[in-house]
Amino acid sequence: MVAKERNYDVGKDEAMLAEKVIMASYLQKLESAKKEGKKVCYTFVPGSLIELLHCFDIVPVWPEVLGLQMGLRKISDDYIEVAENAGYSDDICSYVKSSVGMFLKGNIGPYGNKIPEPDFLFLVNSQCFTFMKWWEILRKTFNCPIVTINLPYRHHGITTKDEIKYGVKQIEKVVIPQLEEMTGIKFDMDRLKGELALSREMEEDVASIFQAGKNIPCPVDGLFQALYYIGPINTYFRGTQEGVDFYKLVRKVVEKRVAAGEGPMTPFGKMKEQKYRLAVDCGITWDHFKEYSKIFYDEGAITVASTYTKVGGLYHSTEFSHDPDEPFESMIRQNMTNYANHTIEDRIKIMEHYINDYHCDGYMIGSIKSCKSFSAGLLTMMNELEKRTGISGAFFEMDMMDSRYFSEANVRTRIDSYLRMIDAKRKGA
Amino acid sequence: MKSQEIIERCSEIYTDMDFGYIKDWRARTGGGAIGILPIYFPKEVIHAAGVLPVEVYGGGDMVDIVKGDSYYQSYICHMPRSIIDLGLSGKLDVLDGLICPFTCDVVRNFSGVYKLLFPDKYSRFFDQPQNFDPDIGGEYMISQLKEVIAFLEEKGKKVTTERLNESIGLYNENRALIRKLYDMRSQKPWQVPSHEVYLLMRAGNIIEVSEHNNFLREYMVTVEELERKPLDNIRVLIIGAFCEQPPLNLVKVMELSGCYIVDDDFILGNRYLDQDVEIGENPLKALVDGYLKSNVPSSCRFEEYKAKEEKLIKLVKERNVEGVVFACASFCDPALQDIPNYQKKLDEKGVRYMSFQYSEDTSQFSLIREQIGTFTDSVKLWGA
Repeated sequence: MVAKERNYDVGKDEAMLAEKVIMASYLQKLESAKKEGKKVCYTFVPGSLIELLHCFDIVPVWPEVLGLQMGLRKISDDYIEVAENAGYSDDICSYVKSSVGMFLKGNIGPYGNKIPEPDFLFLVNSQCFTFMKWWEILRKTFNCPIVTINLPYRHHGITTKDEIKYGVKQIEKVVIPQLEEMTGIKFDMDRLKGELALSREMEEDVASIFQAGKNIPCPVDGLFQALYYIGPINTYFRGTQEGVDFYKLVRKVVEKRVAAGEGPMTPFGKMKEQKYRLAVDCGITWDHFKEYSKIFYDEGAITVASTYTKVGGLYHSTEFSHDPDEPFESMIRQNMTNYANHTIEDRIKIMEHYINDYHCDGYMIGSIKSCKSFSAGLLTMMNELEKRTGISGAFFEMDMMDSRYFSEANVRTRIDSYLRMIDAKRKGA
Repeated sequence: MKSQEIIERCSEIYTDMDFGYIKDWRARTGGGAIGILPIYFPKEVIHAAGVLPVEVYGGGDMVDIVKGDSYYQSYICHMPRSIIDLGLSGKLDVLDGLICPFTCDVVRNFSGVYKLLFPDKYSRFFDQPQNFDPDIGGEYMISQLKEVIAFLEEKGKKVTTERLNESIGLYNENRALIRKLYDMRSQKPWQVPSHEVYLLMRAGNIIEVSEHNNFLREYMVTVEELERKPLDNIRVLIIGAFCEQPPLNLVKVMELSGCYIVDDDFILGNRYLDQDVEIGENPLKALVDGYLKSNVPSSCRFEEYKAKEEKLIKLVKERNVEGVVFACASFCDPALQDIPNYQKKLDEKGVRYMSFQYSEDTSQFSLIREQIGTFTDSVKLWGA
């Protein structure tokens, strides 16, 4: 299937257009990496130790990001089908199948170009168990070394000293020696600290951007627009001056909208009236991204906060920001606080915070069929959120990129019913 | 006891969803009981505190899931639903809590669901390390075990070096007896049928380890007294059934369909250590070292350099396996993700295989029986 040609610039603001430019610069770096003698690794968004990888001039590839791009270009089904024909069950993670499918299609990525094969795989499994399985599969697929950090699940609700020690030891004794050997570059702590200082600066701006969602009207859609904004910090540009500059721009754009009392730009134009303020947990479909966001737009429903935008870290807060004074410790802490590495209780608290402090009328929970890390336990969360906030939520199901599991009619009906319920409550009040 | 009496007793224990054995044990000893989900948690630590370790596998086909379904979407496996049902119906009141090792993302999140639903019970997620360096992963595992021990000592007795060594001794013996049972079954699968082995193992999840050791010893002696004739079955290895267990009747169906199950990964929680744990001055470290060094292949353990597929082929050769059956629980991420590479390796080596999925309460067997029967016939007709 050929990706449909579309004008991707329609409905994008200055910051979103800047995001395209910065991400294009990453693709150029990737294209020239091997010619320049740099190592290419495959790694993850959650658990990204990008600042450390920069210290070794490593250029990473994020198969999840390639997967979502396949979805956005509506070609993910092709890749998934190829993987399923090779024996991968229709019940396992679509991201896994998209990357296996990509390999089986000659490692041709979503834009039709060949993605460099990895010199090594970098496994930091703090998001889910499936990450570990996925990298086991890719190791056999690409027959390359694998460098691993096993980060614990944040089951105490805090990151304990033992957990930090476990992570730091792996950085010091496993990762750095292996990266030095592979790249021939000696680890430079000063370089890392410089990067972490930039990360911290960036994280302050990102927190401000996310927290702008508390404003009425909300200046940034906390799901559909925010997913564009977090691309650079979740991938190559955390720890870089370009990343800092990008988020300064985004923050300026958002603050300008706050001052003008304006809402965000959407692919369908500016939302005239923000009738409903919602928090969304999970709930992402890349292959029907536009159709899904249109449902919200048509209803005048704005997402003021979401959890999927926190897959790389709880960036709505600076509590877990990187810290050059505690380089390894803060890297472990930050990487353990990606959203899916939180307990069910802590996820409930995060959603409660959004619902209460971002002045939500309601919340939606979109279960992702092939992602057990996000989805197992959602029904319990929903029951508990209702008890604690006094507000009922909407529940619907989809998959992040397998179109067989998205029914626009079904999702629209669910959202429509839910918002009518909010209308009825308002009238009753 | 004779083998048939032992199997009947095991069957009673396996089917008793009121957990009468645990109630009796608690009344008899005054001790507590802690549930453990599969797979990786050293039961010795619980036993040494005078607490009964109970491996929890859900309600199987003995519990109608009524409430549990409202906690999970349709594409999540059955085990957490039936455990919730057992919990909400009060049947798990016999346990003081649950320990949930990191078997998969469903079990990981389940630990949080359980905690919310049963706030008065101990709920502990156990993050067994996937770094196998004793100074790194080993140190972290010890720190976690010490946290669990602190709770156990409140419930039971002090986990002294002596007590822990004694428990290790008993579980070493248990593992050795299980290895012997599995060897015996492999050598004479008609004499030691798999549905009996399964019942012995399932009972072993619940009863105190020294009682289980007695059962195993007596069974292996007395089962030889029975006159059981060999059948024209093929030798198969079952793989993928390490967490949510198949119902007993499914094991019987496999045997009736022409399979001698000569090895399997059922109930791996009893069998994930392939060597004795050292008894000595530092038994906690020895338990951890045992986990770190274990060579037992599993979908829930990160493989470093020795591929699981090679271990599978080794097992196929050792047990003289004629066919491999991938039998995994529906929606089981770890198992389903391993299958393609396992199958690729088996193709390379010319070993026949088939696969199907089940749930713990599967009750319609005709389709599975057809599939397995066709598979066994094909192996018999066209060779392994």
